[in-house]
Amino acid sequence: MIQFPETRPLTAAETEALRARQRSRNMVMGLILGFLVILFFAISIVKIAAPHPKSAEPQAPAPGAKSGTLGGHA
Amino acid sequence: MSTATPKALILPADWRDFFALTKPGVMRLVIFTALCGMLAAPGTLHPVLAFTAILCIAVGAGGAAALNQWWEADIDAVMKRTSRRPLPGGRMERESARDFGFALSGLSVMTMGLAIGWLAAGILAFSIFYYAWIYTVWLKPRTPQNIVIGGGAGAFPPLIGWIAVTGHITLMPVLLFLIIFMWTPPHFWALALFVQIDYSKAGIPMMPVVAGEKSTRWQILAYAAVLLPLSMTPWFIGGTGRVYGLAAFLLGAVFLWLSVKVGLRTSTPGDGMKPEKRLFAYSIFYLFILFAMLVVDRFATIYGLQA
Repeated sequence: MIQFPETRPLTAAETEALRARQRSRNMVMGLILGFLVILFFAISIVKIAAPHPKSAEPQAPAPGAKSGTLGGHA
Repeated sequence: MSTATPKALILPADWRDFFALTKPGVMRLVIFTALCGMLAAPGTLHPVLAFTAILCIAVGAGGAAALNQWWEADIDAVMKRTSRRPLPGGRMERESARDFGFALSGLSVMTMGLAIGWLAAGILAFSIFYYAWIYTVWLKPRTPQNIVIGGGAGAFPPLIGWIAVTGHITLMPVLLFLIIFMWTPPHFWALALFVQIDYSKAGIPMMPVVAGEKSTRWQILAYAAVLLPLSMTPWFIGGTGRVYGLAAFLLGAVFLWLSVKVGLRTSTPGDGMKPEKRLFAYSIFYLFILFAMLVVDRFATIYGLQA
C-alpha cells in the first residue's frame, strides 16, 4: 500500500521514485505472467503429445503399474 | 507531527524484497535435492514437466518461507541474523508477505497437480503446511525439539522430486527424506551453538539455550552416528550401487569425525567456536555431495559401470 504524505503534494523527485518503483514492479510482474503463459502452453503441448500413464492420469493409476518396488535399479 | 521534516512518502515494496521473502539462499539446496531426487528416481519425465515440477517445489518452498516470515516478523526483528529481512526492516507490509505466501503456495500446488499429478501436489501442499504451520506456528516457539521436527520440512523436496517421476511412494524416496531429517539437527545445532545468544534474546527455545551446550553437543554426535548407517541404507537394500554406498560411507565418516570433535569438546569464551563452524560448513558440503553421488550412482548403473 502506498502511504502518501498527508499535508503536501508530492515533490517531483518523490513522484519519480514512485513511478520508478511501480515500473519495476510492473515489469517483473509482466515477465512472470509472460513466463507462465509460455510454461502452461508448453505443459499443454507435452501432455497432449504424449499422455504418459504415470504422470498424465493421476486419478487412474494404470492397471498393473509396478508397485512395491524399492526403486533404483529395476 | 511537530517535527520539521515532513512525513516521507512510503513507496510500495520493491519486487526484490518479495524475492528475498522466498529465502533464495535456502532455495538453492531445495532445488538441488529435488533435482537429485528426480534424477535418481527410476523412470523418466519429459524435460518440460521435470522443469515444472522443480519450479513448483521451489515456488512452494518460497511460499512457505514467506508465510514463515509473515508469522515471525517480530521474532526476526530482535535477532541480528534476521533483523534485516524485508518485514523487520520495515520495507514491506505484513499483509503483503502473507498474501504473497498464500499466492505462491496455492499456485505451486495447483500447477503441480495439473502438470505432474495429485500425489506429488498433495505432498507438496502438506510440506508447505508442515513448515508454515506445524513448524513455524506450533512447534518452534514451544519445544527445543523444534529443529528435529522442522528438519522434516527441508526433507520433502527430494521425496517430491522422486514421486513426481514415479507417481507412487516407495522405500527409496522415504529413505532420502529420512537422511535429510537426521542431517538437519547436527547441521542446525552446530549453527545454534555459535549464534545462541541471538535465539535466547528472541525467546526461541533452541536446544543450546534450553538444554545447555553439553547436552546439545552430545545430541549432535548421536544424530551424526545414526546418519552414517542410515545414509548407507539405500546401498544395503539394493536401491543404489556401490558408488553411492562408498561415497556415503566416506562422507558420513568425515561428518561423524567432525561431530566427535564438536561433541566431546567444551567451549571456552573467546575460542571462536572453530569446530562448530567447521561442522556447519561441512554439513552443507556433505548434503550437496551425497545427493550428487546418488545421481552419479544412478548414471553409473545405467551405463553399466558398476556391474
